[in-house]
Amino acid sequence: MRKSFDGFLAVGGVSLTVERGRIAAIIGPNGAGKTTFFNLVTGHLKPDAGTVRLDTRDVTGLAPHDICRLGMGRSFQRTNIFPRLTVYENVQAAFLSHRGRGHDLWSRVERLYREETEALLTSLGLRERAGETSGFLSHGAQKQLELGIALASEPSLLLLDEPTAGMSATETRETIRLVEHIARERGLTLLFTEHDMEVVFSIAERITVLHQGRVIAEGTPAEVRADAEVRRVYLGERR
Amino acid sequence: MALLARVPWGPLVLAAAFCVPAVGSRFYTFLANDIVIWALFATSLNLLVGVTGLVSFGHAAYFGIGAYTTGLLMKKLGLPFLLAFPAAGVLAGALALVFGFFCVRLTRIYFAMLTLAFAQIVWAICFKWNEVTGGEQGMPEIPYPSFDWVAALPLVGGWRTAEYFYFLTLLMVALCLWLLRRIVGSPFGRMLTTIRENAERAEFIGVNVRRYELAAFVLAGAFAGLAGGLFGIFNRGVFPDFAYWTKSSEVLIMTLLGGMGTFYGPAIGALVLIVLNQQITSYTEYWPFVLGVILVVLLFVFPGGLAGAAQAAARRLGGVRRA
Repeated sequence: MRKSFDGFLAVGGVSLTVERGRIAAIIGPNGAGKTTFFNLVTGHLKPDAGTVRLDTRDVTGLAPHDICRLGMGRSFQRTNIFPRLTVYENVQAAFLSHRGRGHDLWSRVERLYREETEALLTSLGLRERAGETSGFLSHGAQKQLELGIALASEPSLLLLDEPTAGMSATETRETIRLVEHIARERGLTLLFTEHDMEVVFSIAERITVLHQGRVIAEGTPAEVRADAEVRRVYLGERR
Repeated sequence: MALLARVPWGPLVLAAAFCVPAVGSRFYTFLANDIVIWALFATSLNLLVGVTGLVSFGHAAYFGIGAYTTGLLMKKLGLPFLLAFPAAGVLAGALALVFGFFCVRLTRIYFAMLTLAFAQIVWAICFKWNEVTGGEQGMPEIPYPSFDWVAALPLVGGWRTAEYFYFLTLLMVALCLWLLRRIVGSPFGRMLTTIRENAERAEFIGVNVRRYELAAFVLAGAFAGLAGGLFGIFNRGVFPDFAYWTKSSEVLIMTLLGGMGTFYGPAIGALVLIVLNQQITSYTEYWPFVLGVILVVLLFVFPGGLAGAAQAAARRLGGVRRA
């Protein structure tokens, strides 16, 4: 896939396949094109060249809401929730939309999908906070809530853009354990970007390394760790 | 708070409103009729402003279309109210579908400006199309619906026509508000709220944002049309200024004054604005100045409007009681 903005090549010829049920990560320094790549996959941006396939279906150029319906869920790097709705309402809204109840002008909304919503909130550890206004939650809890919103769309492929950005070390560990647990339990295919290398190497089965809009390495965590180029441009930077 | 919430406010207010002609003068019935119609108009706008987060500067277009529709059908074709009134909603909704198709393609201030532009087009057509709308002179002498059969019934006889029309208005508005309330509290209404809160995220829970915005626009337009249909009869005539931008701003002010965060806020705004207007113009000719001051104070002191302030006060009272 390829995408440039006013002559700046943000993503230049990135090709990536994630097998069903796998956990894959994209890493790379700031500005490597990770978020742009995500936005191309999820339909927020249209690629200049290339195609996006979900299973066998070509979803290139579809609107985000259509892509979401076909089974792709995502979270955003900057927390993206419905701030003045309660925690419960945030997740319930995603259930309503996903199950096609949005055209219903008549039913009372409160009673719908109560069990599903509560079960999901419980698995995220947010059950006790269901009635709170989501905008007042801590940053970490909002990130978890956003994960809940994405999961309520019952995706087969889940894309998480820096799911632990801005979290404390403890929150990061908990969130990652949660994400991994949920992904395994539901048989989700997971693709995520992450700054924290410890996180990446602990759960990813495949890692793709981007640098200046190109793939410079791809493989298992061990292969990527051993790659000389990666050590030079990316891992090396951290020392 | 819990106690206050359990009071059936809707039926109580409706019952009280029904008593107005019995306890008040003809003037009070007139005033109440005005308020009730504007309450519906403001509530219909709030479906866009408060629920979906779309600020329309041209909501009067649909009010005006509704007024002309009912007026024309009743005056020129002699159709009964029961046909002419729903027609106002249908036609205003159809027009909102056409205009909304273009408006929802824009966001924020551009959306607002386009709604205003379309409304001015409607106004210009009403103003110039002499053969149909009566042009600048408008269309006076819209007939009242016939209440002969009601007056012939036992127990409910003996009121003046204007009072029968007031009762009819009350019933129709109560029905419309009930429908609007169901819509706001439905899954569809919740989807509109997610758009207001975060359109990008809404798109990625699978909500087709534009289509939902258009649906909200059509519904809001249709209910505004119904309000207009009633207003034309109440006013005993339909005039181009029904669709003029000052009407759009007036209804927007009511919505903000009453509070767009609550369902009944805009209706309260209509009540307060009309009563204040009435009271203050009898003391001073500087009503717009007083209104401006009230609005400035309100926006700074009670950003949630009157209904928002009342809710906060009730919550505080509830907290004290529990403590």
